[in-house]
Amino acid sequence: MRNFAYQRADSVDAAVAAHSGQSSSFVAGGTTLLDLVKLDVMQPERIVDVRSLPLYDVERLDDGRLKIGAMVTNTDLAHHPIVTENYRVLSEALLAGASTSLRNKATTGGNVMQRVRCPYFRDGVSACNKREPGSGCAAIGGLNRSVHAVLGTSDQCIASHPSDMCVAMAAIGATVLVSGPNGEREIDFLDFHLLPGDSPDKEHALEADELITHVVLDAPIEGNRSHYLKLRDRASYQFALASSGVVIATEGGTIRDARIALGGVGTKPWRAQRAERSLIGKSAEQASFQQAAELAFEDAKAYEHNAFKIPLGQQAIVRSLTTVTA
Amino acid sequence: MSDYKHGKIIGASRSRIDGPKKLRGDAPYAADHHLPNMAHAYGVFSTVASGRITGIDLSEARAMPGVIDIFHHDHFPSLYRTPSTFKQENKVDETRLPFEDAKVHYPGQFVALVVADTFANARDASYRVRVDYEEDEAIATLAQAMERGEPTPHADSGHTRGDPDSAWSDAPHRIESTYVTPMETHNPMEMHASTAYWDKGDLVLYEASQGVVFARNVMAKVFGIPPERVDVRSPFIGSGFGSKLWIWPHAVAAAAAAREVGRPVQLVVPREEMFTTTGHRPPTHQTLRLATDANGKLQALSHDGINTTSMVNTYVEKTGSCTKSLYACPNLRVSHATLPANHGTPTSMRAPGAAPGLFALESAMDEMAEAIDMDPLEFRRANYTETDESLDLPFSSIHLMEAFDRGAEKFGWSKRTPEPGSMRDSDEIIGWGMAACNWEALKMDCDARVSLRADGTAFASCATQDIGTGTYTIVAQAVSDITGLPLDRIEVELGDSSYPSGPVSGGSWATATTLPAIAQAARNAIDALKTYATGDGGAFSGSEADTLTFADGTLSDGNGKSVDYAEVLNQLKLANADGEAHTPAATNDEYSFRSFGAHFVEIRWDPGISNLRVSRVVSAIDVGQVINQTTAANQVEGAIAMGIGMALFENTEYDSRSGRPVNNNYAEYLVPVHADQPEEVDVILLDHPDYAFNEFGARGIGEIGITGLAAAVANAVHHATGKRIRELPITLDKLMVT
Ligand SMILES: Cc1cc2nc3c(=O)[nH]c(=O)nc-3n(C[C@H](O)[C@H](O)[C@H](O)COP(=O)(O)OP(=O)(O)OC[C@H]3O[C@@H](n4cnc5c(N)ncnc54)[C@H](O)[C@@H]3O)c2cc1C
Ligand code: SF4
Repeated sequence: MRNFAYQRADSVDAAVAAHSGQSSSFVAGGTTLLDLVKLDVMQPERIVDVRSLPLYDVERLDDGRLKIGAMVTNTDLAHHPIVTENYRVLSEALLAGASTSLRNKATTGGNVMQRVRCPYFRDGVSACNKREPGSGCAAIGGLNRSVHAVLGTSDQCIASHPSDMCVAMAAIGATVLVSGPNGEREIDFLDFHLLPGDSPDKEHALEADELITHVVLDAPIEGNRSHYLKLRDRASYQFALASSGVVIATEGGTIRDARIALGGVGTKPWRAQRAERSLIGKSAEQASFQQAAELAFEDAKAYEHNAFKIPLGQQAIVRSLTTVTA
Repeated sequence: MSDYKHGKIIGASRSRIDGPKKLRGDAPYAADHHLPNMAHAYGVFSTVASGRITGIDLSEARAMPGVIDIFHHDHFPSLYRTPSTFKQENKVDETRLPFEDAKVHYPGQFVALVVADTFANARDASYRVRVDYEEDEAIATLAQAMERGEPTPHADSGHTRGDPDSAWSDAPHRIESTYVTPMETHNPMEMHASTAYWDKGDLVLYEASQGVVFARNVMAKVFGIPPERVDVRSPFIGSGFGSKLWIWPHAVAAAAAAREVGRPVQLVVPREEMFTTTGHRPPTHQTLRLATDANGKLQALSHDGINTTSMVNTYVEKTGSCTKSLYACPNLRVSHATLPANHGTPTSMRAPGAAPGLFALESAMDEMAEAIDMDPLEFRRANYTETDESLDLPFSSIHLMEAFDRGAEKFGWSKRTPEPGSMRDSDEIIGWGMAACNWEALKMDCDARVSLRADGTAFASCATQDIGTGTYTIVAQAVSDITGLPLDRIEVELGDSSYPSGPVSGGSWATATTLPAIAQAARNAIDALKTYATGDGGAFSGSEADTLTFADGTLSDGNGKSVDYAEVLNQLKLANADGEAHTPAATNDEYSFRSFGAHFVEIRWDPGISNLRVSRVVSAIDVGQVINQTTAANQVEGAIAMGIGMALFENTEYDSRSGRPVNNNYAEYLVPVHADQPEEVDVILLDHPDYAFNEFGARGIGEIGITGLAAAVANAVHHATGKRIRELPITLDKLMVT
């Protein structure tokens, strides 16, 4: 760990003002940031502590949407009555992530911003375009079984997005509220995380010194049932090999609305819109689920050790759809 | 001493007497010692797997705050290697000293050591040490090692009887299979750590160690000083699973740095480097051939194992160690060979040899049973023997048949339908598998001291360790058994090399080794008390010492006079009555001493989501007398958890291009978590004392529980899925139908 300047901000404006470019980092729960700083992978010269910001509320807006403060912890959000009632997929996704002690620390904003688990990114020495643009990607041709993607990869980076929470948010539909030197703006959740493309070091749509203040969830779909299914080697405390967050509304056995998002398999929280569309108007049965699952992975590209993620992701979709429509 | 009768305390269920200290935070571990003026050391570790250091640039690091000194191969005191012999109790697995020269033999090797005023400053500066390497092509995996080299055989650990090759070719039924196990890393919770200081030429080392006597002797050899000038302390360790048996380079580095900077130095090995520079279980490649006659009697068995070792030392994983004698078989061979790789030196990990070896043997037994259409349990029964055919000696005590019977009964084995995939429960396919377990029983030389003290308490000491297993408690039980004192009046101190010499906590031999010495020392203390009591001014002055009896803390003369022993001592103004004892190692000239058992495992496979879990385990274990039901059952339950890890998750992966390990952290190196524990774990301890082995009849229980478990899981997986997985771990992708 290198020495850094530390500053605690007590207002959003002060936090934005204290943050000055590339060499600064906000710290919330610290569960991503402190690890990476200790590993010398992130080397901020200035850390702006945002835990005193008044962003701890979860409130229902008049239009039915749910506004979640960036500092709300993963634990609090998972157990919030509005969430357990209306956004079951989100509660389940949060509780499937990390461990109790980590969730007690981790925040909504920090979770959206967590970094990839690719070991070549974290080791500080291997070629990695995300850590050191232009150095190459050691994961391609390396060990890429568990935390590498089959959707949205490029020949510059194949790391999967690690978050469970974000998969649920992608399924539900959400807006990220940010505050920066030029004021406040809104970013559609699906546009927030970026595909690696030619610049895997650019991970999200935040501009310099912008801070996430809230995530606003879309109003729950009328009559929906939702579910998050996470598949992994051990039963807990492991990032998803493949996961599926689904929100489904049916009417008399026919699917009226469908949202499917995937984790562990995509370079960003992955919304499978073609698969969703294939379900609308269909009856809720295995054949439709199977077809949707296949569509979701139509463009998948497997690497040396992760080809199994394609059938595994499809299984996650089929089983989660079966569960919510049972 | 076959007429020895143990009272109620031996075999009782008792909580660990060191528990309250641990709960209160009063149990200091190696890195909990914060000494005045102490400096902190942090390593710089090689990022290449093979090559040599061509330059070290310290300019940036030296300028960092708090830096005291930076050691490397051009700036480090000249030290000596330990001869590394088990007999002289100075064994290590990696004899090369840190900073000996510019060569790099494995990734994660110490290439420099920053000493600074605080841990954070030392680590901070360590990141600014620039090392240049000339890199050579590395051998990073077992597969690469096998492609590039011819294995070196180690005949001394092998065994042959009869003619296994022709017997195999001639037999009516035979199988041949190859099994592969990955590199595993011990991953104890507590990091390896050393806190060292020098006091007028004497070294004091707080070390996370499973063997303080060996550690002391090694440090004495390395620094060229008499062992009396070294004190190694390890009163508490956060387990080791074998990785803390011997001294590793970090301890030498810390002690040398402390001497050079003239201050106490503390060094904690970072988690990543606990995958490289403090040992691992090496990957193995094992080929088995089994053949039977028409009745299912084994006619031929060969087990040829290869493992990787490091470039600097040879470590042999004796995968055939149980195969030699577990079943009756007239034609048998086990052999071991090694291949060098650019890894740190391997070392013993819980049930070395037996854990990977029985995965192979007990999987092969299942395959053989299937080939001759026999129930796997019946097949094992058919090949049962009470003779160790490798030594031509009877087993001192064997209750394997009872383990089979009671385990099978409890598990419900008779309800198993043999057809793979034939047992179902809604979405899940159920698989039932079993395997035998086996481990050698060893007993070493041991010294111990017990004092009966004037305050009415007893004090026992021995330079063995409690590695979290309950040794403190069972030592107190042994003292209680002899003296009749309750446990709360018995104090035990272990883990200090200045105490009477005790065994390494490994090989499951600490119990069998330590308790007889403790018991004898307690008897000798009672004898000393009697001598005092019958001497001038004693409570029984004038009586003969051998007419006195001692029971429940009281001396009696048989004529109605009884005096509490504390009173005897106080009357004479004596602090204590001491007894010391030495008990010898066991020799196997009459018997072969081994422990036995059987695991029965249920797995559930949900093919719709490729989910595999172990749902039920019944283990029947035959380890002689159980000293403490609670701590003994704990050992087997823990070993079952670790066996599940071995079966399903554990695998230290190296990148074959860079030669570096990639999952060297607690998040990505998977060990089982609570949620992976089976709903039901039943441990049956058979509890038949083995008095031919030692006066307590105990054979030790730390390791046997992990042996065979991975095979039982693999056999259950085969029963559920029809797939025979011969390469661990059994991950879901190996079972998916794609
Ligand atoms: C061992 C381990 C296992 C884990 N397992 C899982 C898992 O299974 N599933 C899962 O989803 N996650 C998992 N995680 C990740 C965990 O969820 C994240 O670390 C956590 O959500 C990050 O939140 P935080 O508040 O601690 O973020 P911090 O560490 O404080 O910050 C993370 C990043 O976000 C930035 N940041 C923080 N707040 C803001 C803000 N308001 N605006 C802009 N930028 C901000 C920081 O500068 C930093 O770059 C695991 C983590 C660990 C260490
Ligand atoms: S996958 Fe991405 S994060 Fe991993 S090494 Fe390649 S560029 Fe770096």
